[in-house]
Amino acid sequence: MSTEITTDVVVIGAGPCGLFAAFELGLLDIKCHFIDILDRPGGQCAELYPEKPIYDIPAFPMITGQQLTDNLMAQIAPFSPEFHYSRMVNSIEKLEDGSFKLQTDADETFYTKVVVIAAGGGSFQPKRPPVPEIEQFENKSVFYAVRKMDDFRGQDVVIVGGGDSALDWTLNLQPIVRTLTLVHRRDAFKAAPASVNKMKELVAEGKVNFQLGQIAKLDGENGQINHVHLTTDAGDLSIPATRLLPFFGLTMKLGPVADWGLELNDNTIVVDTEKFQTSVPGIFAIGDINYYPGKLKLILSGFHEAALMAQAAKAIVSPGERVVFQYTTSSTKLQKKLGVA
Amino acid sequence: MKITVTDQAGEVHELEGLEGWRVMEVIRDWGLNIKAECGGALSCATCHVYVDNDWLDAVGAPSDEEEDMLDSVGDVKSNSRLSCQILCSDELDGLKLTLAGSASKEA
Repeated sequence: MSTEITTDVVVIGAGPCGLFAAFELGLLDIKCHFIDILDRPGGQCAELYPEKPIYDIPAFPMITGQQLTDNLMAQIAPFSPEFHYSRMVNSIEKLEDGSFKLQTDADETFYTKVVVIAAGGGSFQPKRPPVPEIEQFENKSVFYAVRKMDDFRGQDVVIVGGGDSALDWTLNLQPIVRTLTLVHRRDAFKAAPASVNKMKELVAEGKVNFQLGQIAKLDGENGQINHVHLTTDAGDLSIPATRLLPFFGLTMKLGPVADWGLELNDNTIVVDTEKFQTSVPGIFAIGDINYYPGKLKLILSGFHEAALMAQAAKAIVSPGERVVFQYTTSSTKLQKKLGVA
Repeated sequence: MKITVTDQAGEVHELEGLEGWRVMEVIRDWGLNIKAECGGALSCATCHVYVDNDWLDAVGAPSDEEEDMLDSVGDVKSNSRLSCQILCSDELDGLKLTLAGSASKEA
């Protein structure tokens, strides 16, 4: 069912810079909606390095990606931003009155006065294995996620990978498939030990084939695979297969942003350094995804960009309204918004 | 110190490496086709390289964590390493390596 949402600001990307933008916008009484491809906030901090220490956030000698995300979520909670996860903005259209219409791949339409692109390195997409012409089989017989288990019932399934996704789906699909082969490059797994043990039991019972190797080539026609070719230490091997599930994790791709008519510089969006506005007035870009002379891809730079962007966004959302610059330390008005006064 | 890097197109580049820099940072700084999306945090494998066989002993074996990350690319060979885990040093002067397909920005 299609949904329509009308708001002042849509922030694309709920990474650290996007999240902090909700704070700066909130102080100016602007409410925002977030759209993110991941199923949780934090962006790269959550997906790539939740447990890794970060040492260059001002006033935090050390903080992990997850702690930083949690702190930002607590900091913006008073402004009740709304989050729309696991979806991607497919298109942005500028309307006659200067506002924007955004379409997501979850069949939603957002009408908004301002768009803030805080999409970091782009959207996280499944990594495609280095197999010639794999594109022609994608979403027909090669899948990067299991959406409907029924698509795999009675099939000859090959799963590639050694992480939790590969192991979990090996265990979940095994009872309903015709044959299941798990392919991994080595006999060590970066998955929950219980799943690994269970998989080994299924292999011992002859219910799952485990094959050391790497996927090299696919045979098939009209999008339907019939054989998966592997490179192994013992030479090349061909396995009959009707479904392939490669699980190599996620990587960042610029994605549809490239088609929105914005001036780009090597996969980043060109902005000015006063408002961090793109070549399209009303569309701003902050954080790793923007480019200007001297740009440093640092979280702290993104925070600064968010603050200046918010001032410019305010002028669009509330034209003509006088904005008095205030400090949270001394302004009772701001403290009320934060729920502390 | 110098590093010789063959890119995905087969072109050979001689790069000046600075002591203490990560090899990934040198390759990225010279503008070669390396994605290196996590920036050296050992959280992805998009700086994947093949170390020339003559240099394997000098570079040493990957750590367990590095082996785990290599699971996320599909073009691993016995001489695969993540270039963010190789530090430039005088002992590695002349190091030869090749950028893996999975390290390219388009991958």
